[in-house]
Amino acid sequence: MFWQRKLYLHPDFNVGVRDLAPQAFGQIAWALMTGVALVKSGMSVFESVFMTLVVYAGSSQLAATPLIMAGAPAWVVLAAGFCVNLRFVVFSLHMRGYLMHLPRLPRMVAGYFTTDPVYVLFIRRFDHPAHTDEHRRSQEAYLAGLSVANWTSWISCSLLGIALANAIPTAWGLGFAGILCLLGIQCSLASSRLRVLSAIVAGMVAVLAYALPLKLHIVVAILMAVFACLMAEQLKVLKERPA
Amino acid sequence: MNSTDLNVTDAWTLWVIVGLAIITAVTRSFFFLSNSEWHLPHWAQRGLQYAPIAALSAVVVPEIVMSQGELIATWQDARIYAAAVGVAIYFFKHDVLLTIVLGMAVYLPLHLGLGW
Repeated sequence: MFWQRKLYLHPDFNVGVRDLAPQAFGQIAWALMTGVALVKSGMSVFESVFMTLVVYAGSSQLAATPLIMAGAPAWVVLAAGFCVNLRFVVFSLHMRGYLMHLPRLPRMVAGYFTTDPVYVLFIRRFDHPAHTDEHRRSQEAYLAGLSVANWTSWISCSLLGIALANAIPTAWGLGFAGILCLLGIQCSLASSRLRVLSAIVAGMVAVLAYALPLKLHIVVAILMAVFACLMAEQLKVLKERPA
Repeated sequence: MNSTDLNVTDAWTLWVIVGLAIITAVTRSFFFLSNSEWHLPHWAQRGLQYAPIAALSAVVVPEIVMSQGELIATWQDARIYAAAVGVAIYFFKHDVLLTIVLGMAVYLPLHLGLGW
């Protein structure tokens, strides 16, 4: 899908680029720091650049590098990468309905580029999968716009981080800009009481389960929050049902 | 791998990196790898609408209230004030960019100036 010219010419492509702009700005510092961390963990510049270009998943890169440098067996590194990426498995379940009309290869290409901000912004704009070809085209164009903008900003800033690895002090805490950006997007999603409940439950569970290895606290928190909201929905239904 | 010269590239590392790239592709398209037709149960469909905000919250909240794996036990932490200001700005102005800029305007002086 991303290689189709008609998607770039579609007005929703530009809407996607524009919606991703604050995220691109917020993650400048974050991507820089990821690049710095790769080099500082002891990988060669070539390895760091190669990893940045092909893996395209900051958290799994940061989890895998120390294991690689410690000489862990390949399957341990890959299993760690898989666990850190488990939240994407949940996202893919959600994206399925939006993408199943495409053949497998374009689906997988779309999936590969669906990072956290791309997923969240896409779902925020489109509550439901499209039912007409015209709407499908506009969803694809929007997804392509988000993906291209996110890829460009993330990759360029990570590469810059690798280049400047020895010049940027990590103590400045510039990476916090990325967290503020996610916080802003999180607020923009808080459109109903149950979604607020979801955020509260997920935040608390993530803190309580933080000690789990391989960032598994994130996926545990998502599952608990979704479960809590479904339960709350049921309670509401029961309460509203006339006796 | 256990090289003392930091700028040596070895084939094993490159292969592991290729493996990680495949993991990225597979996890991000996990549920639409197969062409077979199946439908999500209705409750799961409804449940998924709560997943995006939960995912963000699970990433963001520990980054604000924890350090070195522990809940912070002090009020002298720049992140709490920056996050509070950021949330207030968002609900006031509905602008993510402004949330970042003003949040950092609170964070950097406290963090760099006071060492919080």
